[in-house]
Amino acid sequence: MRNLLGIVDLSEPTEGLGELTVHRTLGAVPFGGRYRIIDFTLSNMVNAGIRNVGILLNDRFGPLLDHIKDGKEWDLNRQRDGMFLLPAPLRTDSGEGISSNLINLRHNRGYLEKSRQDYVLFSGCGMVSNIDYQAVLDFHLEKKADITVIYSQVQNLHEDSPYTALVVDQGGRVTDIALNPRHCTSRKVSLNMFVLRKDLLINLVDHYSARQKRDLFTDAVMPRLAELRIYGYEHRGYVGAINSLKSYYQRSMDLLKPDVWQDLFFTHGQISTKVKHEAPVRYLPGSKVSNSLIATGCTIEGTVENSILFRGVEVGAGVVIKDSIVMQKAKLGPGVALRNVILDKDVTISAGKSLAGDPSFPVVISKAATV
Amino acid sequence: MQKKEVVAMLLAGGQGSRLGILTKKLAKPAVPFGGKYRIIDFTLSNCSNSGIDSVGVLTQYRPLTLNAYIGIGSAWDLDRAGGGVSVLPPYMREQGGEWYKGTANAVYQNIDFIDQHDPEYVLILSGDHIYKMDYSKMLSYHKSRGASATIAVIPVPWEETHRFGVMKTDDTGRITEFQEKPKVAKSNLASMGVYVFNWQELRAYLEADEADPNSNNDFGRNVIPAMLGAGEPMYAYAFQEYWKDVGTVDSLWEANMDLLAKEPELKLNDASWKIFSLNQTLPPQLVGPEADVQGSLLSDGCLVLGKVHHSVIFTGAQIERGAEVTDSVIMPGVKIGEGAVVHKAIIGENTIVEAGAKIGVPARPGEKVEIVNENGITVIEDNVTVPKTMRIVQGTVLSVAEWPEFPEEWIS
Repeated sequence: MRNLLGIVDLSEPTEGLGELTVHRTLGAVPFGGRYRIIDFTLSNMVNAGIRNVGILLNDRFGPLLDHIKDGKEWDLNRQRDGMFLLPAPLRTDSGEGISSNLINLRHNRGYLEKSRQDYVLFSGCGMVSNIDYQAVLDFHLEKKADITVIYSQVQNLHEDSPYTALVVDQGGRVTDIALNPRHCTSRKVSLNMFVLRKDLLINLVDHYSARQKRDLFTDAVMPRLAELRIYGYEHRGYVGAINSLKSYYQRSMDLLKPDVWQDLFFTHGQISTKVKHEAPVRYLPGSKVSNSLIATGCTIEGTVENSILFRGVEVGAGVVIKDSIVMQKAKLGPGVALRNVILDKDVTISAGKSLAGDPSFPVVISKAATV
Repeated sequence: MQKKEVVAMLLAGGQGSRLGILTKKLAKPAVPFGGKYRIIDFTLSNCSNSGIDSVGVLTQYRPLTLNAYIGIGSAWDLDRAGGGVSVLPPYMREQGGEWYKGTANAVYQNIDFIDQHDPEYVLILSGDHIYKMDYSKMLSYHKSRGASATIAVIPVPWEETHRFGVMKTDDTGRITEFQEKPKVAKSNLASMGVYVFNWQELRAYLEADEADPNSNNDFGRNVIPAMLGAGEPMYAYAFQEYWKDVGTVDSLWEANMDLLAKEPELKLNDASWKIFSLNQTLPPQLVGPEADVQGSLLSDGCLVLGKVHHSVIFTGAQIERGAEVTDSVIMPGVKIGEGAVVHKAIIGENTIVEAGAKIGVPARPGEKVEIVNENGITVIEDNVTVPKTMRIVQGTVLSVAEWPEFPEEWIS
């Protein structure tokens, strides 16, 4: 896999995630008790042997940089290759561009040219999965494809979430691509990950960025459907599409199923993240914990059901947490009760407060807020 | 190389033979402890938290696990330019070479390493104790007394003094008498095996000790008495917090159980004094719908579907539905099958206890088994499979080497 370059795209739309993405890009959204969403993309790349990863930074990337630092956790702090941060231009000819991956790629064209690899794996962050990219490249070469798009038969699609549907023939060739089709017979949904030759990528970037186009896939790949050999590679493992608060909540709750937990965290390698050196979880006598995902650094004396606790949460005696996601270092006063709630990092809930949302509409308390 | 004020020398070469099969394949400092750590993490983290950035780790017995674990020291923030952690095994010289003969000889053989840093002081540490200690405070004390050597001491029960080096001090803390593992102790202040020396003075004593053919080349037995005999100013530095030598099966089990107290004496959750360890990034633990977890410590990657009471469950261990684990230490990667019962046991890394097996059960009337541990702690070796029909009596030790000789009655 020394011949494959990874590009991580952070320009996917985040409006649907509301409070969770006010101060952070999608890749930096905390997920699964100890991770940020970008961990899955980065780890999948590194687990497949990719040693050169460029990250297209658009906006709100402060928390992301704090998380990935020099890439050491992914073994990407290398003398040769390694991790490269590719910021979008602050000013562009058209006066915009920070959310356009095409403009960003053109701005960082030199990085693409200098890289030694011939192939590029381009991936967004919004599809959480554990994927074997080595197998994808093998498939791509075997099919002599120009572009290989990774897709999944997604069961849990929401009408309110944007998605890209593919029609794929018996031989694996993509014959149609549609964005958010009203009536779609295909359940094959693009994971916003694709492989192509680096020189083809550079051609597409040059051509379409010069014509004020914005998105690599929809504006540069889709129009070439007829002339390029575009193939679809099916990923059969778990995929969690995260593009709205509702999907964030439900995909988080998926992790409570042991088979999903196993699939996502153990299949093709471990998912790495920033290590915080927290102590093991303390369960005090009287604690009641069931069907929950608990990160290190937590101390539990109360009740936790169907919930996810991030690192360093203290659940005192009498505190009841149900169907909720509680991020890092939340402070919960005595007698607090939570149900269908998402608490962002560093939230304080004062004594006796009771908060409840609905499974289809969880209440979100924004970062560092006090209730 | 840049001059350092202090260099720490961490003695990690011991076999730890009293831990039996738990140290068959690795050195005592590499034994897992406390749910996600290895014993050496405490000393290395103490160094890092005390601001000591040059640490030599002296290895000898079964060093592979320890070497791989320490790596370049990044986990403890000890991957430093001009210092950091250095693993120091014995090595060949023009005139041959030899194993580390004793604690003092181990440091003697690394005089060149210490000289590279040209330190004022040397801190001697042992890699098999569980405690949190700020060595910089001890060093300040050493300097304020104008001492040649300072020995950290902790009061121990009088009946245990025969296991330690104990010392009498005067009102100022100056050591007046030192007894190594005495039959009749004159004090219950025990040496923790943590020493600060002025390097140039220690260097001279180490050379003299090496020249003495009758010496055991040991700090406690030889170097400390020699310095005291020569009238050097030596002081005791009293340490009041949690400290435990985990050199035996009993003490290893107890020290793990100590962590389960509602207010443990040794707090692992201390942002100001983190215990660092080499983490595999495993997912947060998943506690299933029917799980029952009480009074326990669990780490990343654990899957708990059964019952866990008053136990320490290490990274990546799995407790299946209907299984019961009580008063036990379950090391990394262990799988406890459905309906299996584990009571008051230490289960070595990656061992599989098959469904329905029973570990730590009372002996049947008249049953003849070899009880190794009088406190009834059962020890199972790492990387073995305990078959589903197996019944293991409390206080025994299970090792693959003994496997064929299992008495018939153990299989129920």
